[in-house]
Amino acid sequence: MAGLAFTARPRKPGANGKPGQRVTQAVLIGIAVLFLGIFIVLPLAIVFSMALSQGWAAYVDALVEPDAISAIKLTLLTAAITVPANMIFGLLAAWAITKFEFRGKSFLITLIDLPFSVSPVISGLVFVLLFGLQGWFGPWLQEHDLKVVFAVPGIVLATMFVTFPFVARELIPIMQEQGTEEEEAAFTLGASGWQTFWRVTLPNVKWALLYGVLLCNARAMGEFGAVSVVSGHIRGHTNTMPLHVEILYNEYNFVAAFAVASLLALLAIVTLILKSVLEWKLARDRKQPIVHTA
Amino acid sequence: MRIEVVGVSRQFGEFKALKDVSLTIQSGELVALLGPSGSGKTTLLRVIAGLDWADAGDIKFDGVSASTRSVGERHVGFVFQHYALFRHMTVFDNVAFGLRVRPRKERYSNAEIEARVNELLQLVQIDWLADRMPAQLSGGQRQRVALARALAIEPRVLLLDEPFGALDAKVRKELRRWLRRLHEQLGMTSVFVTHDQEEALELADRVVVMNKGRIEQIDTPGQLYDNPSTPFVSRFLGDSNELDCHVAAGSVLLPGLDTSALPRVSVPNGPAKLYARPHDIAISAAEDGEACVRFISAVGANIRIEAELPDGRVVELTRTREEQAEDPVAVGARVGLRLYRAQVYPAG
Repeated sequence: MAGLAFTARPRKPGANGKPGQRVTQAVLIGIAVLFLGIFIVLPLAIVFSMALSQGWAAYVDALVEPDAISAIKLTLLTAAITVPANMIFGLLAAWAITKFEFRGKSFLITLIDLPFSVSPVISGLVFVLLFGLQGWFGPWLQEHDLKVVFAVPGIVLATMFVTFPFVARELIPIMQEQGTEEEEAAFTLGASGWQTFWRVTLPNVKWALLYGVLLCNARAMGEFGAVSVVSGHIRGHTNTMPLHVEILYNEYNFVAAFAVASLLALLAIVTLILKSVLEWKLARDRKQPIVHTA
Repeated sequence: MRIEVVGVSRQFGEFKALKDVSLTIQSGELVALLGPSGSGKTTLLRVIAGLDWADAGDIKFDGVSASTRSVGERHVGFVFQHYALFRHMTVFDNVAFGLRVRPRKERYSNAEIEARVNELLQLVQIDWLADRMPAQLSGGQRQRVALARALAIEPRVLLLDEPFGALDAKVRKELRRWLRRLHEQLGMTSVFVTHDQEEALELADRVVVMNKGRIEQIDTPGQLYDNPSTPFVSRFLGDSNELDCHVAAGSVLLPGLDTSALPRVSVPNGPAKLYARPHDIAISAAEDGEACVRFISAVGANIRIEAELPDGRVVELTRTREEQAEDPVAVGARVGLRLYRAQVYPAG
């Protein structure tokens, strides 16, 4: 985001323009930095300072406490299921949408975007309405002694729903740009569909795919609203990390709350760094499309 | 390998890209599919390759129907218009691709693949580029990589889609001659698509002229130029004067042009269209000539002259420098025009 402020810099280095321009520039950069400081850096700093306010021992205790461990495990489990599932789905959807022509294509694109436009709370509620006791499949599930809502499957389903557009959304534009000629070339050279996918299509989109997976993972681990509705908040059983933070906070256990929150914050920071690296790689890949001139 | 296209039709939505196209390409021939954009030439090439399919009709390779065979099974070398090189692979890996994706039983050893790829890179004269990425190559070099890659699978047919379309004029001429030599050296059946008539006429043994999904004429370049069989071919190939005229009992009437040297035409009496090449019209200075010289350009091997007929229509013609020296005509001079060869078609 800081990069945005710097685009105000004149194109030619050294030619700094009129004094008036320089003032405008300084003011704009100042506002951006101040804004970022107050709304992003400060809260982040507070998370860590609160987490460590009673020393490292208290911090570590809060993290190794059984309920916290269980919340971390559940979060990792959820991500471990939803991210690969959505990666495969996203690849398939992007492949179908960009490499083939079929009826209902734009409808499918809209459908993929749906989770972005629906409030996460509604997304969670949908699953309660479907699989809850009063829901459509509720009686049937109860007869067979299956629990979806207020149990791990519900959390996974809700997370999957919410994170479902990330990979596909990342891949569709880049695959559209690349067209189908390379795949056709592979076919004429005798490659099977499978070989073409592994050797041509996938390597061409690998950075975009990783980027989508990264965003998908960040959201899967951090999702609160949808998961909160379906979880039932059973400590040690159906609490993910964000839910666990909320419970601890509501119990005025600030150190523990911020300790767990700091893990999520760390995840965010790592995600941001990886994201920058991937963006750089992606930009580099896009800069080398085959230019159609001699 | 002989390729037969039998009554092939192909439709995209409402657009009929190919309408009942039939054509036989002899083994070892170099054939050009020539036509304006939208004429169906690329679609025909793709149908032959198996990248697209025919809604009706059949493609036969050496008399055997290929319609049930997939692209990979047809064993054709295909060079794409924009080369479609695998952007994340080196030149070497691009060329090796077709060898590496073979089923295990038919696959060469790594050493054999390497030897074969190097041989191909030498053939297309870019062995020094083996480790480069496609983005680091010039257009002409990419073209050669694309060709080497297509040849790697030892195809029986080589299909090229606008092979020189994305290159600048100088590289284009050079590659054209080189491709011709390569074709003669390898002796495989080759078909290429182009919208550039000069390219088609210079390179191909036979040219297939296409328009609006149909074949207008198939002939050798010389025959096509001298004896175009449809108004479209007359207009499309080379420079032509297009003139409205009248036909009466097999002779052409065109005020201001002496048509007595033309053979009798088999066109019904009435209005007709006449196409004449600039070099098939002779000009001579004549005091009582009905035409008048409007413009002379003396640049190049031939002198280019525009003459105006009595009714105001302008005819373009050329004469050699010797002719101009012997019997000079100047702008504004009265001249006689004589037509030696022309194509005449009924009007409409």
